Amino acid sequence: MSRVNAAGEKGRLIRLAESDRAPLPFYLDGVERQAMQGDTVLTAVLLSAGGLRSAEFGLEKRAGFCLMGACQDCWMWQEDGPRIRACSTPLKAGMRLLTDPPKTWPGELP
Amino acid sequence: MTRVLIVGAGPAGIRAAAELAGAGLRPVVVDEGARAGGQIYRRPPEMFSRPAKVLYGSEAGKAGALHGLFDALLAEDRVDYLPNRTVVGLSDGVAHLVGPEIGERCTFDRLILATGAMDRVAPVPGWQAAGVYTLGAAQIALKAQGVALGRRIVLAGSGPLLTLVAAQLLKAGADVAAVLDTAPLATQMRGGLKMALARPGVTARGLMLRARLGRRFRAGVSLERIETGPSGPKALHWYDAAGRSHTTTCDTVALGWHLRAETALADLAGSAFDWSETWAQWLPRTDVEGRAADGLYLAGDGLRILGADGAELAGRVAARACLADLGLSTDPAAQSRDLKRLRKMRRFAEGVASAFPWPAQMVRDLPDETVLCRCEGVTAGELRDTVPLSGPDANRVKSLGRVGMGRCQGRYCQLAAAELISETTRLSSAEVGRLRAQPPVRPAPVAALVSDHDED
Amino acid sequence: MAVIVLGGGLMGAASAFFLAQRGVQVTLVDRRRIGAGATVASFGNIRRSGRHLSQLALARRSLDLWNQAETLLGRDVEFRASGHLRLIFDAESLADMRKFAEAARPFGLDLDELGPGEIHRRFPGLGPSAIAASFSPEDGSANPRLVAPAFAAAAAAKGAMIVDSAPVSQIRRNTHGFTVETARGNFEAEILLNCAGGWGTTIAAQFGEPVPLNTFGPQMGVTEPLPHRILPVVGVWSRDHGAYFRQVERGNIVFGGAVERVPVDPDPGFAQVDPARLPVQLGALSRLLPAIRDVSVIRQWSGCEGYVEDSLPVVGASSTTPGLFHAFGFCGHGFQLGPGVGATMAELIATGRTEIELEPFSPGRFAQKNTTSQ
Repeated sequence: MSRVNAAGEKGRLIRLAESDRAPLPFYLDGVERQAMQGDTVLTAVLLSAGGLRSAEFGLEKRAGFCLMGACQDCWMWQEDGPRIRACSTPLKAGMRLLTDPPKTWPGELP
Repeated sequence: MTRVLIVGAGPAGIRAAAELAGAGLRPVVVDEGARAGGQIYRRPPEMFSRPAKVLYGSEAGKAGALHGLFDALLAEDRVDYLPNRTVVGLSDGVAHLVGPEIGERCTFDRLILATGAMDRVAPVPGWQAAGVYTLGAAQIALKAQGVALGRRIVLAGSGPLLTLVAAQLLKAGADVAAVLDTAPLATQMRGGLKMALARPGVTARGLMLRARLGRRFRAGVSLERIETGPSGPKALHWYDAAGRSHTTTCDTVALGWHLRAETALADLAGSAFDWSETWAQWLPRTDVEGRAADGLYLAGDGLRILGADGAELAGRVAARACLADLGLSTDPAAQSRDLKRLRKMRRFAEGVASAFPWPAQMVRDLPDETVLCRCEGVTAGELRDTVPLSGPDANRVKSLGRVGMGRCQGRYCQLAAAELISETTRLSSAEVGRLRAQPPVRPAPVAALVSDHDED
Repeated sequence: MAVIVLGGGLMGAASAFFLAQRGVQVTLVDRRRIGAGATVASFGNIRRSGRHLSQLALARRSLDLWNQAETLLGRDVEFRASGHLRLIFDAESLADMRKFAEAARPFGLDLDELGPGEIHRRFPGLGPSAIAASFSPEDGSANPRLVAPAFAAAAAAKGAMIVDSAPVSQIRRNTHGFTVETARGNFEAEILLNCAGGWGTTIAAQFGEPVPLNTFGPQMGVTEPLPHRILPVVGVWSRDHGAYFRQVERGNIVFGGAVERVPVDPDPGFAQVDPARLPVQLGALSRLLPAIRDVSVIRQWSGCEGYVEDSLPVVGASSTTPGLFHAFGFCGHGFQLGPGVGATMAELIATGRTEIELEPFSPGRFAQKNTTSQ
């Protein structure tokens, strides 16, 4: 079941059940990935990546912690639009997620 | 008609809603989840297919009954149900709600808070790494998403959830390398006796689950550190009860020391708090029926960590208290029956709390370089350095040292921080004090809040 | 000489420090913790743009001290002269800004006027619909949580006695000076300096100096930490309540303004934010920084601030009582002035005079007005 992404990074999660659902494509850091309908953003990303985002005050990656909306560890950037909490946001087809803040925030450099 | 707002649609919130609807009121139920049920009876998304027996094991019947009860209230249109929303703040009779994309306001006359609990976590060196989770997270991942959080998992901490999650993961086919309980066996047996006297069946089920863990389970351990590399945990280093050093290789660690009540809204709503030696945390002050202040009622694990069965009872009890205060008729016999059952639940829960204690000494021994506050990356050493300037006051340490100032608002670090302040100053955790809640209760997306304004 | 300073906010703590630096024996008394009233709730703005002209000399002195803060205090209170940008959205405000810039120049405040192109080039993402802005490169911000405790600790290192958690039950005037009775003992000195903020008016009234003052709480908030890409403090030239914000080096955006402040009962003085005002405030902020819509607010707070009827503080020697001095009622804009007020009060108390013009802030001005009107 283990997948390796373009960077040679293994996914963190493994599916143990419920693997018979419709596929759902999305983009992580510009690269198309596959997940399934009903996956949260957290599940979708961590099935093929080791982290959701970089830590602000350390060198480590972060990959969520509580999965119930209490710890706020799993907020991710999108290429456009508001940041989202990965554990409580259902994946939508075509979502464009980023593990690091967009270079264009808060505005385009001239 | 009087408008009663119930926050939380877990066992306590659902029972409260049913009780109020039964008396002819139309409660408003706000819940953070996408589907009612709460955490322990959390329901996966609609398109998932595992049966209740697989999801909830021995509790499948109770879970099904609770889900069925709420679905019936919805089908009969007897409640206003607002899922996927968080109450982020309260002002006079108005709850401020945010969902992922919208902000709303909800007026109310009375408020029943059934906000549940979260894992009570103690820092372990290395716990900031990707791949370290709470025990609750491991359970939610399996139940609500059908995934294991890693390929080789170590579970560590103490409490009923430790055994339960381990058994559930093993049954689902995950590789659980070790189940490490920091509570010494003798402590567990003393507490276990109280548990068995109050609820022998439940206690026996827990022991049977533990038996299935075999040699993976170790009691009386002490956790030294999580060894990490660029991709997360590589091993957990720990000492057994005899003080021998062990290393268990793994790529995932899940931690939890029983539960901590979620009390931020109760605080904003005006509840008083007391330090509980039994539960080693601050808990709201109420009367036996859950009255915290005028028009404010608390029920479930957000009030006392009694578990799901206790939460169902407490939800009914608080709703009846609310009805009685409104001058509506209630069933006093049912109330006194439930209160009697609640007392039994409480005896059991006190047994649980003493069997699986907070690892105070382990926290006090944390090396200076250990990250204490995961949100802000504040270390134990930085906190110890702050105390001489701040004095022994939790809110002051937060203000000057940033412990508890991050996105989680101190939910996961404040007990450990209080323990370290207490270690440095030799004051008790009660004297160190409690972090005051500040709105918004959860991070509030600006886009959602501004949408509220745009509509005005 | 011995001085009791009442009130351990930034004004009192800075005064205690500069008095101790002059070798004066100081006791700093606070009813609660040092810096836990208006100071801790402050925005931390070190701004001169738009300030009442009568305060600019004091503000200049204060800015010089902010620049020395780390040396004086022995710790970093996060003073950063990262510049102060004030956006302009209409012609009326542009005229106001130009008039102010002209008048402020003699006080050593040089405001640069920026056009839209320059705003966008230098400050991507800020005020896309602004028609102009003023930029004050020497101004900036500091950390309001750290500064009062840092001044108090530095004062203590110079021999000041810090008495916190000491509510005052009585102040008595006697032949030697003043006796202050507190929950932690009685203190005596020939000089009393009232830096009690929103509570200062009660003390002034006791000595026959009425100050019309009301207490309000600002509506403050902060976002989650974000990439640190916004350097200046940002505000707006506007005749209404303008929004303002700054991004701290750790990346959080601290904001306030744009909504009415909430009345606070000075007893007990615990100010609460009103969540109902947050959406309005964020709407105003998103005009200055549209990209704030992508992120989340993680905390709100307020504090008890004293607002004087004429929007000017009360600073100087008492007009009724020898040995009594006041420095309170800074109307929500005292943070920048703190070190300057401390140094000026210490100078005034120790030497009997100061170069700084304090007449507009005279404690007796309300009594005089009453006399004239009678």
